[in-house]
Parts: sequence; structure tokens; C-alpha cells
Amino acid sequence: MTKILLMGNPNVGKSALFSRLTGVKAIVSNYPGTTINFTKGYMKLGGETAEVIDAPGTYTLEPTSEAEEIALRLLDSGDIVINVVNAINLERNLYLTLQLLERGIPVVVALNLWDDTKHRGVDINLDKLRELLGVPVITTVAVTGEGVKELVENIHRATSPHHPPGTRDQRWANIGSIIEQVQHIRHRHHTWRERLADASVNSVSGGIIALAILAASFFVIRFIGEGLINYVLDPLFNTLWAPVILKLSQLMGGSGILHDIIIGKLIGGEIDFVQSFGLLTSGLFVPFGMVLPYIISFYFVLGILEDTGYLPRLAVLMDTIMHRLGLHGYAIIPNLLGLGCNVPAILATRILESKRERFIAATLISIAVPCAALQAMIFGLVGARGVGYVAIVYGTLFVVWIILGFILNRTVKGFSPELLIEIPPYRLPPWRTVLQKLWFRTYGFLAEAIPIILGAILVINVLYILGVFDAIANFTAPVVTGLLGLPKEAVTALVIGFLRKDVALGMLAPLALTSEQLVVGSVVLAMLFPCIATFVVMFRELGWLNILKAVGVMIVAALVTGGILNLIL
Amino acid sequence: MHGFRHRPGSRFKPEDNKITLAQLKNGQSGTVVEIQGGRRMVDRLNALSIIPGKKITKTSAMLMRGPVTIEVDRAEVAIGFGMASRVVVKPD
Repeated sequence: MTKILLMGNPNVGKSALFSRLTGVKAIVSNYPGTTINFTKGYMKLGGETAEVIDAPGTYTLEPTSEAEEIALRLLDSGDIVINVVNAINLERNLYLTLQLLERGIPVVVALNLWDDTKHRGVDINLDKLRELLGVPVITTVAVTGEGVKELVENIHRATSPHHPPGTRDQRWANIGSIIEQVQHIRHRHHTWRERLADASVNSVSGGIIALAILAASFFVIRFIGEGLINYVLDPLFNTLWAPVILKLSQLMGGSGILHDIIIGKLIGGEIDFVQSFGLLTSGLFVPFGMVLPYIISFYFVLGILEDTGYLPRLAVLMDTIMHRLGLHGYAIIPNLLGLGCNVPAILATRILESKRERFIAATLISIAVPCAALQAMIFGLVGARGVGYVAIVYGTLFVVWIILGFILNRTVKGFSPELLIEIPPYRLPPWRTVLQKLWFRTYGFLAEAIPIILGAILVINVLYILGVFDAIANFTAPVVTGLLGLPKEAVTALVIGFLRKDVALGMLAPLALTSEQLVVGSVVLAMLFPCIATFVVMFRELGWLNILKAVGVMIVAALVTGGILNLIL
Repeated sequence: MHGFRHRPGSRFKPEDNKITLAQLKNGQSGTVVEIQGGRRMVDRLNALSIIPGKKITKTSAMLMRGPVTIEVDRAEVAIGFGMASRVVVKPD
């Protein structure tokens, strides 16, 4: 089977072109690093099926990052390369093109973002460019699909003209002469997007813009999340599902081991979806009724932030602060992802260059960045006691994030390299890719979380019946009661936190805690252990020794913070 | 042969009208003259076409030794302050 490789710089619309070619849903993003696990798909090519690979964005075949190494390795297995080139930054993009031509692999160039050339004042003489490169050059607009058909028709015309291997200086000199012959730049005025772009990487206006964007994001996330809960999911569960479960409960006699596992305990003769804790009550209500709405709203907003190109600007803005935590500005992106789910967040720490940074970032995320599932439960349970208590939980976690990062920066050996990133221009987010990505992430949550949530609730009920939790509770009572001021039964929730944080927080609900105890419980639960899924990726990314260190830091930090909160609240 | 070599972190002293990217004013343009860094830094900058002879314009700088943003070939690139202090430019 013919293997076609898509190669090009980051942010040139490679992934958008990939989904146009294959129809396979790939994640398209405005910041480099997301396609580090390359995507594969298939397309029809002259009556045959060809394999299409979306290689990670790369500036050069002399790799300077892990993503570029992967791109280089993929190149060895390809038959034809579609070199996706940003028509706006022809000079820089041609560096990779020349390297590809030197390798003697058949190349066809897709000159993408062609629609942008007009208003950015870039004129390119296509015939001359084709002649000088010696390969087909097709103009495309991947987001709208313009030129894609012509590109497909030209794939078989990909050629490998004889370009002798050159040195770096020779390549740049070569590019200089090509540019002189094919490109003409007209003077033009700055657009509003460029003015906004400049303003958002300035300390003062950028800071104000960042605060406004983060506040608006938070508001929109809550608005959509609460809206879904109040107008869709609560009514569904209360008016449709509750009567069915009550009927089933009566059929099962209203009590007994099987009843307790499947339906849970009735609270005052009624179903309480949070407290009953059966498979068909809390087991469904926690993922669908409480967490899903916030997963949808969070990933919707995150997708927009990603595809407009705002996140790299936030990275620039946060760089000075992040340096104090032993990271550079780019590390804000995995941390933000962690507010959705810690698993992709820890995978995303791969975009950081050094082991030290990856360790610090992963440790900080797993301790002090609560995932959307946990946050949804915090909103639901702690929020019921008053907004002030929610603020204490968030404020505490933020302070822990800063202090812990500061300490890790001072104690972890190694160096942290400096920020160096391209800032893509602001773009209106393509709704197709925003919604596609939202669907993927939501589906990913459901597929991953529901079996674990149901499993966790099953295990909890069985362990309850066997009396295992009583034993653990008695054993850890000194710490839990003495240090944290929580009833000893709360330890079961802390243990279950290893399976699912959302379920675990739900277990605090029937304990009749004071608001202060609930705050302590939520914070300790957020910090103490990563959930099992996070633990597994941390192990894969960091190795045994480092994850042991991270867990040690976690336990100490959680107990110290919980103890302090218990003292001052 | 290896007698004259800037250690990483060594600050460039202005001479012959040359300053570092960190010292360039916002909105000011210049030409990259030299990159005083190790191979890795030169490689990373080369990938973003920040090489000697290249025209650049500084678009902004964050306060408190934050990153410097420049425009190079109609692309915007953010560079950490320390790295920007080792890129020597000749202002226009």
C-alpha cells in the first residue's frame, strides 16, 4: 500500500488537510505538540487505497524536539510526501522543503493558507516556484477544502528532483534566491486581529486580556454546565429515571445485599441520586448527571481557546511566573488541560524539553490541579454550602500549586530550558473542528470513566458489606480524625479517591460533615492520590523512581495542607 | 582556537552599534548578527529561521525579564529573556 506522509511546520493546517483527505476525524489544534502521537487514515488514490500519516509538525529534519524526532522516523517509512507549506511564511517553510528534496523522496507541495496571502500582502509567482523546486505546487485552503481535489489529482505527479545535500548556510542562501524570484511583499495596514495579537503579549494589556478571557471562560463553563444540569439532566433523572428505580426497588423488596448494590440505600423512602450509592442510582448519576455537563462545557471552551490561537499567548504572559516554579510559560498548557482531565495533561507534559520540567509539571498537575469531574462534584456538594467555601477550596489549591512549584524548583536537580515558541496569528475557530474535538473528548470521558465509576461503586458496596472499610477507618483514625478533623468514615472516601475522585467526593455526602470539614475533605481528596488512570500515565511518563518521589510529595503536601486548613477554619 | 568563547549566561557588552535582542526597543527593527549560544540553542533558533543576517522586528517584551516577542518573516516568535540576551542584533 502506498504510504503518504503529511509533513510541514506546526500551525500550517496540516491536520485540517489530513481530515479533508481522509475524512477520518483527527484532532486539529492551533498549538504544536498535540499531534505528537501521529494520526493515520486512509484515502482513495486512483482506485487503490493509500495510507495517509499526519506527522507531527516539524521545522527541520535536524530534530530539536521529541516531536521532530518522530517526524523524522516516520519519513523513513513513507513513499510520497505532501509537504504542507504556509504561504505566509514561505522563507521559513522552504527550509524543510529543501531538506525533503535533498532526501530524494517524491514530494508534492501544498501551499496552504492561500486565502490569507491576499490580505497579508504576499504575492507568490507559482510557476516560478514550481520551476525552481522542480515539484508540483498546489494552492490550498484546508479549512474550507479549496484546492484539495486538485492536490489529490496531483499526488501521483510527485517527483524527486535532484537536489544535492547542502549545509545550513547553503540552504538559506538557496532559499534567499528562490524568495527573491518568486515572492513579492506589498505594504499594507495592520488588521484588527494583529493589533489584538500585539496587545495580548504586552504585560499590562495582555494581563487584562488574560484575566478577562479566563473570567469569561469560567463564566461560560459554569453557565453551560449549570444550564445542562438544571434544564436537561436533573429533570431527566428526577422525572424519568427516579420512578423506574423506585419501582425496581419495590420489586426487590426495598433492602438486602443485592438491592444495596444495585439500587443502594433509600434515604427517607426516596432515591437520593448522590447518597444512595447503588450502581443504577449514583453509578449513573455521578458520571451523567453531575460530571458530564461540566466535561462538555469545559472542553467546549478549551477547544475554542486552542483553535483561536490564544494559548501560546497565555504561555508568553505566564512565562515569568512559571519560571519561579521551575517551568517555562509553555507549561501553562498542560496545567490548563489538567483542569479537564489529568491524564491528557500529563501526556501533554511531553511538550516540555527537560526531564526536570516534566517531573515538576506532572507532580504539580496531579497534586494541585483538580480535574473537571472533581470540580463538578465540588461545585455540586461544596457549592451547596455557599460560594465562599468553593472559593476556599480553589484558593487553597492555587496557593499549594505556587508554593509547591517554588519548592520543587529549588530542590529538583537539573535545568529548565527557556521558552521559544511560534505564536500563530489569531484565527476564528473553525466550528467543525471545535465540535469534532468536543465530541472526541466527551466520548473519551464516557468510555474511560463509566466502567471505572461502576466498578468503583461495586467494589465500595462489596467492601462495605465485608466490613473492610471499618478496619481501615479504625487503623487510620488518628491521622484522619486527629490531623484533619474528619470523622474516621471519611477515610473510605480518601481510599476510593484512588479509583475515581468524583465518586470519592460523593462518598463524603452522607457523612453529615460541617462545611469546614467538607472543605478539608475536598482539598485533601484533590491532593492526596492521583486517580488510577493518572497514576498509570505518570508511571509511563516518569518511571518508578520518580512516581515514588511524586507520591511522597503528594502525601506530605496533602496532609500538611489539610492539617493547616483544619487548624485555621 | 577555543580561547574566545562566550559562556552561556554571559552578557553581551554593547560595541559597534550592536546590542542584544533583549535590549532592542519595542517596535524597533534590526538585523541578527550573531547567536552567542550553544549548538542546541543555535539549532532551535535556526529552525525558526532566526539566523545571522535575518531582519527582525521586536513587537513586545514582558515586564520583569519576561519573554521577548519578535516578528521574523511575517511570523511571531516568543523568546525567553535569557536566550534573547544572547542574540546580538544591529539596530536599523
